[in-house]
Amino acid sequence: MSLDKSTLERVAYLARIKIEDSEIEKMITELNNIMKWIEELNEVDVNNVKPMTGVSNNSLREREDEVNDGGYSDEIVSNAPEKIDNSFTVPKVIE
Amino acid sequence: MTKISNLGVVETLKGLNKKDFSSVEVTKEYLQLIENEKKLNAYIHFNTEKSLSLAELSDERRAKNEALPLDGLPIAVKDIFCVKGERTSACSKILENFIPNYESTVTSKLWQAGGVYIGKTSMDEFAMGSSNETSYFGSVVNPWSKEEEKLVPGGSSGGSASAVAARLAPIALGTDTGGSIRQPASFCGTVGMKPTYGRCSRWGIIAFASSLDQAGPLTRSVQDSALILQNMAGFDNLDSTSVDIKVPNFLDSCSRSIKGMKIGIPKEYKINELSSEVENIWNEGIRWLQDAGAEIVEVKLPHTKYALPTYYIVAPAEASANLARYDGVKYGYRKEDIKDLEQMYSQTRAEGFGEEVKRRILIGTYVLSAGYYDAYYLRAQKVRTKIVEDFNLAFKNCDAILTPTAPTGAFKVGEKNMDPVTMYMNDVFTVPASLAGLPAISIPSGLDSNGYPLGLQLIGKGFDEETLFSVGTILEKSANFKSI
Repeated sequence: MSLDKSTLERVAYLARIKIEDSEIEKMITELNNIMKWIEELNEVDVNNVKPMTGVSNNSLREREDEVNDGGYSDEIVSNAPEKIDNSFTVPKVIE
Repeated sequence: MTKISNLGVVETLKGLNKKDFSSVEVTKEYLQLIENEKKLNAYIHFNTEKSLSLAELSDERRAKNEALPLDGLPIAVKDIFCVKGERTSACSKILENFIPNYESTVTSKLWQAGGVYIGKTSMDEFAMGSSNETSYFGSVVNPWSKEEEKLVPGGSSGGSASAVAARLAPIALGTDTGGSIRQPASFCGTVGMKPTYGRCSRWGIIAFASSLDQAGPLTRSVQDSALILQNMAGFDNLDSTSVDIKVPNFLDSCSRSIKGMKIGIPKEYKINELSSEVENIWNEGIRWLQDAGAEIVEVKLPHTKYALPTYYIVAPAEASANLARYDGVKYGYRKEDIKDLEQMYSQTRAEGFGEEVKRRILIGTYVLSAGYYDAYYLRAQKVRTKIVEDFNLAFKNCDAILTPTAPTGAFKVGEKNMDPVTMYMNDVFTVPASLAGLPAISIPSGLDSNGYPLGLQLIGKGFDEETLFSVGTILEKSANFKSI
C-alpha cells in the first residue's frame, strides 16, 4: 500500500494539520519510506492472536459516581489564548 | 572537601545530614554551575527564587531534626512533567507559554520527600526523537563532545542526561516511551531506569503514547537510581493504569548477591547495525556477570525485529489521539488573524507542531483511519502480543536479560536527522521492553573508539526492578566507568 497525494490530504484533514502545497511531495516520500519499512509486519503470522491495547491486565477501577473535584473554572481558563470571564472563546462558527 | 557537584544523590544527602553543607549552599552551587554551562542548553527554564526558598525551608526542617528522605536534594525535571506555576512546554511551540495549575504525581511525591526543584530540562518535542534535536528550544550538547565536534545527548530525555552527566544536577527526571530514558543515559554515560509500566503514576505527565509512557530517574549511580525510584513509585488513584502493588526497598536490592542468578542473552539482538565496539562491551558484560556467579543462558526472542515497526504504529496512533487536544482553544499557541474555526485548528497545529511531531500525528491518523485500521493498527496490536509472549517464555528460563542499550554510541548533531527511519534505529534494543511494559535499566559500561560512552541494558520481569538493581550494581562495579 502506498500513500498518495489524495490520501495524504485526507489524513491531514482528519488530523487538522494544514499542509502547504510545497511540502506535499517531500512528505509523501518520507511517509512512504516509513510505511514501507513498517510493512515488514506482514511477515508475522497473526492468525488467532489476540490484539492488545496495553500491558495492564486489570479492568478499569470503578468508584462511586460522586462529585469529588471542581469549583475552579478560573484556573481552568487561565492558560486560554482567548477567554471571556470563565469561558473559552473561539472564532465565530455560526453566522 | 569534595566539590558538592561531584556528589551523587546518596552522598549529597549524607553531607546534608552531617551538616557538611546546607541545602541553600548545594542549591546555589548548582544554579551557578548551570549558569556557567549554558552552552550545553540542557536546562530551558528555572525559578531561582523558588529553588532557594525550597532549600531554605529544607534547611529549617533539618535544623529541627525533621528532615525528610530526600530533604534538600536538588532535582532537575524533564519539561514533560507539570510543575505547578512553572512553564511546562514539552519543548513544543504549541505549549510555549503553558503554566500548569497543578503538579504531576511523581514530582509532587519528590517535593513531599524534601526534593528541591532546580529547573526544567530540554527534551525532544513531545518526547518524539532520539537526539534532542526536535526540541523547540534548540539542540542540547552532550558533555562528552570534544571541542568543535558537537555530539547529541540522545533523546528524548536528552537535557536530563546531559545535565546529570555534566554535574548540573545529582538527578534528573526523565520519561521513557520507547527508550527515552535509557538511550540518552547510554549516550551520556549515566544510569537510566525505566520502571515497569504502572509502577510510577503518569498523572500530570504530558501524554505521548499512554500505553507505553513511564517516568524514571537519570543518575550517576545505581544506588542513586534505586533511592529516587523508591520515592517516585507507588499507587495513584489518578492514573487508571497505576498498579496497586507494594514498593520494595530498592536500596537493599543494590547489595544483594547475584550468585546463581540466570542471565538471558538473546541472539536476536546481534543485528547488522550493531557496532563491533558495542558487541565487545556486551561480551565483556557477560563475563562480568559470570565472574560474579551468575549463570549465562541463551534465550529466544524471535519477534525482536518486529518490535520497532510495531512501535512506529502503536506510538504514533496513540500520539495522534493524545495530541488532538492541542487545538488552540483551551491552552497554548493560537494562530492569529483567521476567519473560521476549521482554519484556526489546522493552521494552529501546522505552526505549533514541529516536523517530527506532525509526521507522527499523520502516521498515527493514517493507521487508525477507515480502510487502514485492520492492516496496520490491529496487526501491530497482535504483533505486540507475540512480543510479550516471547518475553514471557524467555523469563521462564532466566531472571534478567542483558543486551546493549543502543546499537552505537553518541553521534554528531545533524548527522542523522535527515532520514527518520535511520533515526528510529536508535531505539531498536529499547523498544521491545517498552511494548511489553517491562522494567529496564541502562548502565554505563565502557567507551567506543572515539572515547564516547556505551551502555548495557538489563531487562527484568514485570515489577522486578529489584533484580535489575542487584545485577546493575555488579555491572557498575565491574565496568568501573569513569564519568566526566
